[in-house]
Amino acid sequence: MTAGTAAPHAVRLLAGYHALGRPAKLSDHLAQYGPPPTTTGASLIQAVEEAGLTGRGGGGFPTGRKLRSVAAGRRPAVVVVNAAEGEPASAKDRALLTIAPHLVLDGAALAAGAVGAREIVICVHAEPDPGEGAEADARRGRARTLADTVRRAVADRERAHAAPVPTRVTAVPPRYVASEETSLVRWIDTGDARPSFGPRPFERGVGGRPTFVSNAETFAHIALIARYGPAWFRSCGSEEAPGTALFTVSGAVARPGVVEAPLGTPIGEVLRLAGGPSEPLQAVLAGGYGGTWLPPELLALPTTPSAFKAAGLALGPGILVALPERACGVAESARVLAWLAAETAGQCGPCVHGLPAIAADFAELASCRVSTELYRRLDRRLSVISGRGACRHPDGAVRFAASALRVFGRHLRVHARAEGCLLARWPSILPIPEEW
Amino acid sequence: MTWRLRVDPIACTGHGLCAELLPETIDLDEWGYPIIGSLSDGLLPLARRAVADCPTLALLLERDRTR
Repeated sequence: MTAGTAAPHAVRLLAGYHALGRPAKLSDHLAQYGPPPTTTGASLIQAVEEAGLTGRGGGGFPTGRKLRSVAAGRRPAVVVVNAAEGEPASAKDRALLTIAPHLVLDGAALAAGAVGAREIVICVHAEPDPGEGAEADARRGRARTLADTVRRAVADRERAHAAPVPTRVTAVPPRYVASEETSLVRWIDTGDARPSFGPRPFERGVGGRPTFVSNAETFAHIALIARYGPAWFRSCGSEEAPGTALFTVSGAVARPGVVEAPLGTPIGEVLRLAGGPSEPLQAVLAGGYGGTWLPPELLALPTTPSAFKAAGLALGPGILVALPERACGVAESARVLAWLAAETAGQCGPCVHGLPAIAADFAELASCRVSTELYRRLDRRLSVISGRGACRHPDGAVRFAASALRVFGRHLRVHARAEGCLLARWPSILPIPEEW
Repeated sequence: MTWRLRVDPIACTGHGLCAELLPETIDLDEWGYPIIGSLSDGLLPLARRAVADCPTLALLLERDRTR
C-alpha cells in the first residue's frame, strides 16, 4: 500500500492502519487519503446511491435513499454518527474510531454537506470516568475513553480548519437499546436514551429537524466513495451488496478481533480471516444478540442480506461468535436472554413482560426442566411478541431465541433426559457486560 | 380507502378496553396487551369508538398504505 490517493481494495477501512501500524493522526490521514473532495450535496448523494452503500449498523437500509430523504426536508438537518455500540460482542465501531477517526469524521462532514446539516453529533457509549485532573489522567493511562479519542480528533480538525460543520461528541448511557436511532435522538434532545414511538428521525429527529442517523462505519465508506467513486466501491463485494464490511469475530477462533471482508464473503471465510476455528464448532452466532444461530452446515452462507433472507434469516450487523462443541448453546442462549430481558427500556408491555417470560422459559430449558408444556408455552410466546415494541429490541430477542431452539434442537434432547446436560453449568462464550 | 389499527406501545398500559369493543380484530396476549389483526371496513365505526375510548390514547386509526 503506497501513500497518496491510490485506491485501496479488499481491505479499505483498515488499510491505513495496516500500512501505518498505529492509529492515524490527522497528518497520517491526509498523507494517505488527501483532503476530502469538495463534492456538492447532490453529486455526493448520487455517488452514494450509485455505489449501492447500505447502512452498516445492521438494518441494511440504502444510505443514498436515506440521505436523499433527509436532504428533502425543509428545515436545516442534523447528522448523527452512531458509534454507541450496544452489542456486547461488537467492537468494530470502537476499533474504527480508534484507528481511523478521520475517515468517519470526513464522512460525517460530507454527509452534513449533502443534506444541508449545520450540526454533527457523534454518539459513543459512556465508560466509567476516572475523574478529572493529572492524577486521574495518570490512572487512566493508555486506556483513554473512546469519547476522549474522538474529541481529540475533532479538536485536531478544528485547529487545522478542517471542520466545516460544528461537531460534538456525546457519551450515551451504555444500555443495549440506547443505540437505537430514536433513542439517540431522544438522548440528544432530552437526556433520556430510550426509544420513542412516532416519526422516524429522517422526518423529525434532533430538535424536530430532519436527521441523518447512521452507523459510524457507514460514514467511513461515504468518505471513500467521495474520493474514489461508485465504480471503485462496487469493485468488490457482490452486485446487490457491494463494498466491504467490518466484522467483529470472537469465541473459538485463533485470532479474535475486527476484520474487514467484501460483502458476500462466506461466513466460514470471515472466520478464517480471524485465524479460523481454534477447535471444532457446533454453531456460529451471526448478527449479535438480536441475530441468529447458524449450524455448521451454513458456514458457506454468503454475507449478503439476500442470501440470509433466502435462508429465512437476517444478516444484521457484522458480528460473528464461534461456539465450540464443548459449550452448551442452550445455556449460553439462556444467559444472553436473561441479559436482554434486563436491558428492556421498560416502556412497551410486550417487551417488559414478554422478554423476561422467554428468558425464564430458557432458564428452565438450560437447567434441564424440559416438558411439552414448556415448549408449547415458549412457541406461543415467541410467535406473538415481534413487531409490537417501539423499537426492534423484542424482535431481536425473539429471533435469537427461536434460532437457538432450531439450531440446538438435537442438543435439547440431552436436556430432556433424566441425567441432563453436563455442559450447561458454566456458560461463558457469549460476553455479557459487567455491572458498573 | 382501507384503514388499519395501530398501537403506540409506549402509551399502551394494557387496559384491554379495545379488545372488549373489537374482539373480531383485537386479541390480548397473556399479559393483557393488544395484538392487532386486520380491520374490515364494516368494523370501522367500532374501531373509531375503541380509539376514542382508549384510556391512554394509545390506539391509532391510520390509512393503510400497505394494502
